Amino acid sequence: MMSSVKPLIPDDDAARLASAFSRRGFMGAGVAGGLMATPLFAAGAAHAQDAGAAEITVDQARTAPIPIVLPALGSGVAQQITDVISADLGNCGLFRPISASMPQGTPPFASYKSMGARAVMTGKVVEQGSSLRVEFRLWDVLTGKQLQGTAYTAGSQDWRRIAHVIADVIYSRLLGEQGYFNSRIAYIARSGPRARQITRLAIMDQDGADSRYLTNGQWLTLTPRFNPANSELAFMSYANYRPRVYLFNLNTGQQRLLGDFTGISFAPRFAPNGQSVILSVTRGGGSDIFVVDLATMARRQITSSGAIDTSPSYSPDGSQIVFNSDRGGSQQLYVMSASGGEAKRISYGHGRYGSPVWSPRGDLIAFSRIANGSFSLGVMAPDGTGERILTQGFTVESPTFCPNGRVLAFCRQSSAGANGAGFATGINTIDITGFHERALPAGSSSDPAWSGLNK
Amino acid sequence: MKLKLFGAAGLALFLAACSDHANKNANTGAAVQQQVGPVPGSEADLVATAGDRVLFALNQNTLSSDAKATLDKQAAWLAKYPQVHVQIAGNCDDRGTEEYNIALGERRANAAHDYLVAKGVDASRITTISYGKDRPTAVGDDEASWSQNRNAITAVQ
Repeated sequence: MMSSVKPLIPDDDAARLASAFSRRGFMGAGVAGGLMATPLFAAGAAHAQDAGAAEITVDQARTAPIPIVLPALGSGVAQQITDVISADLGNCGLFRPISASMPQGTPPFASYKSMGARAVMTGKVVEQGSSLRVEFRLWDVLTGKQLQGTAYTAGSQDWRRIAHVIADVIYSRLLGEQGYFNSRIAYIARSGPRARQITRLAIMDQDGADSRYLTNGQWLTLTPRFNPANSELAFMSYANYRPRVYLFNLNTGQQRLLGDFTGISFAPRFAPNGQSVILSVTRGGGSDIFVVDLATMARRQITSSGAIDTSPSYSPDGSQIVFNSDRGGSQQLYVMSASGGEAKRISYGHGRYGSPVWSPRGDLIAFSRIANGSFSLGVMAPDGTGERILTQGFTVESPTFCPNGRVLAFCRQSSAGANGAGFATGINTIDITGFHERALPAGSSSDPAWSGLNK
Repeated sequence: MKLKLFGAAGLALFLAACSDHANKNANTGAAVQQQVGPVPGSEADLVATAGDRVLFALNQNTLSSDAKATLDKQAAWLAKYPQVHVQIAGNCDDRGTEEYNIALGERRANAAHDYLVAKGVDASRITTISYGKDRPTAVGDDEASWSQNRNAITAVQ
């Protein structure tokens, strides 16, 4: 539960979010420059420095989404920016966007209040040649105070990015937590007959927009994972019939092999400091977990149970890992020091457990559970207590946390039925309370991996 | 009985074989088979003479007596064609998680590999690979499909 004591939000929140733009390369939609944020001072008497409307917690907003007036910032690209802001806020389930016409001068707070609104966005978009200047203000309807005023300047092609940054500012201003809309999801795009699916490494914005392929589908390709800088993916490819882990540089488009193991290397994840990758390597009838240092390519083996040890995922401080192993007879979750040693089993519910991933907040581990032939997706504390199932289905697996840890993306697959006709696979998102599951418009897909906030 | 099995189910399985290597050989092998039978030492010959795959129980890599009988025939066939190299591909049904199934498929391929080596096949002639749950032989989701998809398939290289 969120406490009612809210952290004070720095006023330059928007600037910090935006400064994360500085460098985008190969995958950056041709972004030439960065995005600049400058403060817009309050038109009224007081420039609110207090946390303003951020007394609403995420828990409260789940049951009563925050009504927010979102007038169109203009026509053309200004309307598109408004639509993306509205979709971000509405789709996360914590806001109820209300459309209105853009007020002239001071917003009519009394009128908004009577509509039940808590906040209102105002602003405009000025097109300056090949760049855009978006002036954005956020107001607390109850107090009439300006909570935020920022002008963003960026290349015109970056209009979506500006919209996501503004939606993140609204989220953080009204809920007191960092947003996650300015982020991306890497995934596997799937096509073709089920017996021989064509799999491509792909990437899209977190709302499913701007999707593109990174590989051509020649080889079976699985399990992309972002590095903390969002500049590189670790993934598994069956290139030349040798299934191994590779790195894909999102700035240059170049791929390189990660380590040269005798067995199959798979299940990669970056360490939180970005300096190494943890993965598993088959040996005989099992698989061991290794850590590969990216600077030296030196490898360190941290399990050797002889069983299948795989799907390692670091705690956010890098001190521990969670993984699954069948060392005790069936596939279960274990937590261990990141340097190895004794592993403690944490899963004790009915069935087998797999695909664990540690929340960026540190307080939860998400997993798949398989019992009686069907899958559940759930979360538990790192000590194994408090297990909660969020959703169920024929197959629900590969959970991945959004940057603030509030939402999971995962793969949902339907039963193909006896003749195979029912097969469908896609990426869904769900709040960590099990609230508000929705499908992302990613087409036939699997293996989602959520980036951190864009840098 | 055996002939009937190879003629119908065996050929169907063979045509549905999902290994990339198997597919390369499938066209030539199948075409020849209609006229004069499989080319000796070919993938089609392996399928017709020994059977190219063994099946496993849910979450298991234990070789059943049927599986051992098939592998015995594969070992004999490999002894007859000492120049032939094979790759054994392990596969899983889709009732497991993706990454675990990659290791489980390899475990199955390894079980077949170790059995063939114990029967005298030189280990240098056999490689293994696992496709986890990503290359199902049968595309349905029912017990009949899953039982076919828990396998280790031997393909001539």
